[in-house]
Amino acid sequence: MIWDTDHETLPRTELARLQGERLCRLVDVLYRRVPFYQRKMDELGVKPLDIRGIEDIGRLPLTTKDEMREVYPFGLLAVDLKEIVEIHTSSGTTGKPVVDAYTAGDIDIWSEVMARTLATGGTARHDIVQNAFGYGLFTGGLGVHYGAHRIGATVIPISGGNTKRQLAVLQDFRSSVLTCTPSYSLYLAEAAREEGVDLSKTSLKAGFFGAEPWSETMRKEIEAKLHLLAIDIYGLTEIIGPGVASECERQDGLHVFEDHFYPEIIDPATGRSLPDGEKGELVITTLTKSGTPVLRYRTRDITYLDRRPCACGRTSARMHRVLGRTDDMLIIRGVNVFPSQIEEVILAVEGVEPHYQLVVERRDQLDELEVQVEMNERLFSDEVRNLERTERRMEEQLYGTLNIHTRVKLVEPKSIARSEGKAKRIIDKRQL
Amino acid sequence: MSVKQISVFLENKKGRLAELTDTLEREGINMRALSLADTADFGVLRIIVDDVDRCLAVLRAAGFVAQVTEVVAIEVEDKPGGLHRILQVLDAAAINVEYLYAYVEKRKAAAVVICKVDDRGKAGDALKKAGIATISRDALKNL
Repeated sequence: MIWDTDHETLPRTELARLQGERLCRLVDVLYRRVPFYQRKMDELGVKPLDIRGIEDIGRLPLTTKDEMREVYPFGLLAVDLKEIVEIHTSSGTTGKPVVDAYTAGDIDIWSEVMARTLATGGTARHDIVQNAFGYGLFTGGLGVHYGAHRIGATVIPISGGNTKRQLAVLQDFRSSVLTCTPSYSLYLAEAAREEGVDLSKTSLKAGFFGAEPWSETMRKEIEAKLHLLAIDIYGLTEIIGPGVASECERQDGLHVFEDHFYPEIIDPATGRSLPDGEKGELVITTLTKSGTPVLRYRTRDITYLDRRPCACGRTSARMHRVLGRTDDMLIIRGVNVFPSQIEEVILAVEGVEPHYQLVVERRDQLDELEVQVEMNERLFSDEVRNLERTERRMEEQLYGTLNIHTRVKLVEPKSIARSEGKAKRIIDKRQL
Repeated sequence: MSVKQISVFLENKKGRLAELTDTLEREGINMRALSLADTADFGVLRIIVDDVDRCLAVLRAAGFVAQVTEVVAIEVEDKPGGLHRILQVLDAAAINVEYLYAYVEKRKAAAVVICKVDDRGKAGDALKKAGIATISRDALKNL
């Protein structure tokens, strides 16, 4: 089902005109109101009047996550703080997250794009949405919440975890739509099997899954076990949260809501724009947000675009499901984790040397991260409980930084391979 | 009164302990007593050897993480109640025993208990007052 036929089936020439108008207005606002962007544009020698249409977007500066972090907390604000009605942040790296500040208008846009997202899987007023995305600073929970409200569906803000209760609610309230990470949906399926709950007898008809990469194989497994249509959704806090793109019922690429979020693909090494069909880094511009709009944000997600018409009737560009990252970021149970964050935490512990390895596995449908740290003379203690305490202390500090539980394991010295160049720190055993 | 014990870190990997005993055998190092404490991931091997310095060097050269810990070696009557008497003495002096292990002497009908305590000096005094003999590192060699 298409939520907004006017915008979602706009002929591409009209879409381009709309995008061009919005971009010109955006650039003008950013230049006048956000010193961060005025500076960046001046560095490139580009003025707002140089931008006449959407095809001029390549003249504008790119924005990186590091740059956004540097102006934490409100360096990207384009309006007065009192216009902001809600704030979300990305998971912080080295303590400085990226802030997304929403005006009432932004919340309205978010509600709209999330309604479009939920509508792709047929969500309507009579549906009961079990929202198992986390509520809080994370954008997943509230994003789905607003979308469900916009459609008029019944939303159950159950948030993540407490699997027993999830299964009870699923059956008792007869939820018809499920939203969560793909790995959690399989975890739920496994718990259902153990409890003797027959998932073919529930009211589930569609599920919207995102916040971490997942494969076709995994989709087939989810659809088979949960007896629903599994839709891939894409978003990121720096842009708006979920609601940037969503698959349609054809499950052949994710439609980018490009009247609001303009997508480009660039060569990550040179910054040069790449044509449709070629893999590269996805770059997104928020055309309509007013709180903390962003110009040409480098997502570090690798994909390619396809602007050919889709059989569903939508004219928006489709992006292929994310193929990889340009950096070494990991996603563990839906949470972004950078090996450098882990390194910083463990090296701060007295005696630890930079010989460590991260092993990621998926056990019982859930991601597990094991941090292997080499033993050395300084770290060693004759008493077992001191060694265990060292492991536990590192786990606590890692939890404090990453917000996920990890396991720290002390291993033999020299058991972690040394390398001449950049150390291969990550062993990802998951087959997504 | 203190005796030097060598503690070695061993990852709970198949064959790791055998690698260590192989190394000791090649270097002709004899273990007098040993104890292995384990967790799910790793173990700490504690051994009493004659030439502590050489053993430490050998183990480190072979890639093991090892260190020296001062422990108390106490002579125990090799009959029921022998150990109990020692623990009562230490308890009364408010000394905490972290761990202990034992072995039987070749030449006497006695046993030796290797004990890690939180206060060696106080432990030595308490035992001496109770008439319990502790063994010095040199005496240990002759057992």
